[in-house]
Amino acid sequence: MPTEILMPALSPTMEEGKLAKWLVKVGDEISAGDVIAEIETDKATMEVEAVDEGTVAKILIDEGTEGVKVNTAIAVIAGEGGDISDAAEAAASAPAAPEAAPSEPAAPKGPEPEDDPEVPEGTEMVSTTVREALRDAMAEEMRADGDVFVIGEEVAEYQGAYKITQGLLDEFGAKRVIDTPITEHGFAGLGVGAALGGLRPIVEFMTFNFAMQAIDQIINSAAKTLYMSGGQMGCPIVFRGPNGAAARVAAQHSQDYSSWYAHVPGLTVVQPWSAADAKGLLKSAVHSPNPVIFLENEILYGQHFDVPKLDDWTVPLGKAKVVKAGSDVTLVSFGIGMAYVTKAAEELKGLGIDAEVIDLRTVRPLDINTILASVKKTGRCVTVEEGWPTCSMSSEIGFQIMEKAFDYLDAPVARVTSKDVPMPYAANLEKLALPSVAEVIEAAKAVTYTA
Amino acid sequence: MATKPKTAATRNQGGTHSRSRQSTSRTAKKTPAIAEFSKEQELAAYRDMLLIRRFEEKAGQLYGMGLIGGFCHLYIGQEAVVVGMQMALKPGDQVITGYRDHGHMLATGMEAKGVMAELTGRRGGYSKGKGGSMHMFSKEKNFYGGHGIVGAQVPLGTGLAFTNVYRGTDNVTLTYFGDGASNQGQVYESFNMAKLWHLPVVYIIENNKYGMGTSVERASSNVDLSERGASFDIPGEQVNGMDVRAVKAAGDRAIAHCRAGKGPYILEMLTYRYRGHSMSDPAKYRSKEEVQKMRTEHDPIEQVRKRLLDKKWAGEDELKSMDKDVRGLVGEAAEFAQTDPEPDPSELWTDILH
Ligand SMILES: Cc1ncc(C[n+]2csc(CCOP(=O)(O)OP(=O)(O)O)c2C)c(N)n1
Ligand SMILES: [Mg+2]
Repeated sequence: MPTEILMPALSPTMEEGKLAKWLVKVGDEISAGDVIAEIETDKATMEVEAVDEGTVAKILIDEGTEGVKVNTAIAVIAGEGGDISDAAEAAASAPAAPEAAPSEPAAPKGPEPEDDPEVPEGTEMVSTTVREALRDAMAEEMRADGDVFVIGEEVAEYQGAYKITQGLLDEFGAKRVIDTPITEHGFAGLGVGAALGGLRPIVEFMTFNFAMQAIDQIINSAAKTLYMSGGQMGCPIVFRGPNGAAARVAAQHSQDYSSWYAHVPGLTVVQPWSAADAKGLLKSAVHSPNPVIFLENEILYGQHFDVPKLDDWTVPLGKAKVVKAGSDVTLVSFGIGMAYVTKAAEELKGLGIDAEVIDLRTVRPLDINTILASVKKTGRCVTVEEGWPTCSMSSEIGFQIMEKAFDYLDAPVARVTSKDVPMPYAANLEKLALPSVAEVIEAAKAVTYTA
Repeated sequence: MATKPKTAATRNQGGTHSRSRQSTSRTAKKTPAIAEFSKEQELAAYRDMLLIRRFEEKAGQLYGMGLIGGFCHLYIGQEAVVVGMQMALKPGDQVITGYRDHGHMLATGMEAKGVMAELTGRRGGYSKGKGGSMHMFSKEKNFYGGHGIVGAQVPLGTGLAFTNVYRGTDNVTLTYFGDGASNQGQVYESFNMAKLWHLPVVYIIENNKYGMGTSVERASSNVDLSERGASFDIPGEQVNGMDVRAVKAAGDRAIAHCRAGKGPYILEMLTYRYRGHSMSDPAKYRSKEEVQKMRTEHDPIEQVRKRLLDKKWAGEDELKSMDKDVRGLVGEAAEFAQTDPEPDPSELWTDILH
């Protein structure tokens, strides 16, 4: 059987090249792997190797020819026992790739997030710190599923750098509560491997500042593998730990990563404020078949909130919560940002401005519908977060409101964020760098045109 | 200092003996360096290596025709490594590697059709056309990828081994990476945890002498990569990765060590890639003579072929017909990879979340 040798593409972008030199002539016997020609592209000179064995029957393109298009036949090979003159006559062509369907699919609408479960009448509410709520969530999930384990620096014997894993080692033992060396990239990757293998790791970062050392494993391995495997390999893992500014720990220990992770398809990103949400969302995160980034806050750890005393209290991922209804302006925030927003809303009331307050709770997927419903009612929106302004959650929310509720706006969307500087150490400067209740009030007044 | 630097020239590339490092706890056992193969084993190894070779040649051809896009890293020359290691595994053992992964997939028993169709980006590919050459997986065959970030598979493989311990199985994870990858920090983070927690993982460093255009000598302060576990007290061996029997013997030793609960083991496979780093590599960093010498004197497939003929375990005709079968299989895979449709456009939006 005669075969044509085609001008090969030697790089992802090559379209044509110069056939610089033939290293074989008609009548030569060649076998697979023999170098038969040299080709020059704008980048390099490359050798062309034979793939089949046989005899060179005909050279179709002379050496020195410039601009030979990829896939042009350049020679004909007669197969074993073939007649080289017959072969030279025959012309075969490479089967054409079936055309891709031209239509462009629209992004599907994600599933509507569920509502929070009903808290039955008469349920006891227990005042609980965020710290205890997080610990209880992990303990409950570890009791329910033997595949759930906790791994990180100081999580076991030290009981957690911020005491979130207090008591877990005693109850679950060293097999399931694992102290690691200081090796973020390594243990994040190990956790992802365990999740690909079917376990359900909860990976604690002492703080998310240190997770930058592990971000390749989080994004390239955890977030993308389901897609790259055509749906075969899920990665049920939770990465959790304190995120954002604490107090006076300066630039390298004070960054909010919400928008970094919210950027990435394949991740779910949560940042709770109240203890009830912290508990319910962490349990949902452990149940999730997908990688979840769970951003906590050191300042919130010690704060008390009411948590319903229920056997299995979960809060759905992806669902924002209207914390306070109002009619004049929508204040959107999440995590510690809620502390500014709730205080501002109270003060605004005294000024005659009735604010609606939304706690996003999950920042990816963004529950834009809850925001839009509110903005359509109030016509005004202020976003508040401790992250930097550029490419922030605020940027995203503002843009989506412009796209989807432009005609409802009575004022441009305003944002209150951290200042665009590394976090300073000095107490006064740190205060200036962070958002403040006063700034939220100013922004609300500006968008409601109440000077 | 008058110590002689270790260079590639002083190593026994292409020789017949594996060398193990001697130290109190790290001594690798002195079992025979080469596994005696039965006729069936020789024939199976020959066929498996041939399948990889023919598959890769065909992939190179399809790339040349523009049917395969992006990066495509061929495994030609290194076939004995995966085939020998696979012979030492038992069901349930896992395999993970980097982007030079076609050979590993075929060795684990993944179908040539599905692999080739992934290379051409078609819906019948192992990742439905969404992963490509560097990102393919098979849960069924315990193949965990196919990873494009140099070194990232090393903690992942360590995590798979962790799963084996957690579940109380005696399975072992083979974690393959290159000489270039062996300089990544996360490799050593993994070594440390694996030894600390006695994880059953064999780290297989495929030393093909180059990471892209950089030779081992220009990248690694100590070119004996089998010693890379020394700080962690992980035993290591250099193995002639061109001889499938040496690979199998070393694989048996390493896997027995892991299954016995003694923790990780390092095998440095001295091997060679005949082709460029990827399809677009003109390979100006090495001489034609160097490549030619490896091909003619140490080819892993030729070695088995010669033994089969010498021992009269197979005749020329038999081997020829085996080659024909393998070509047929690869031809079918290539045909499928060209006629199978591209993924449905709706696939753009699937498999992002479960
Ligand atoms: C983190 C990272 N850095 C760089 C690259 C680009 N790159 C891809 S392969 C490669 C060389 C790796 O060589 P080696 O580990 O020896 O494996 P081989 O290609 O020889 O099989 C480089 C630098 C990458 N993919 N990932
Ligand atoms: Mg290499």
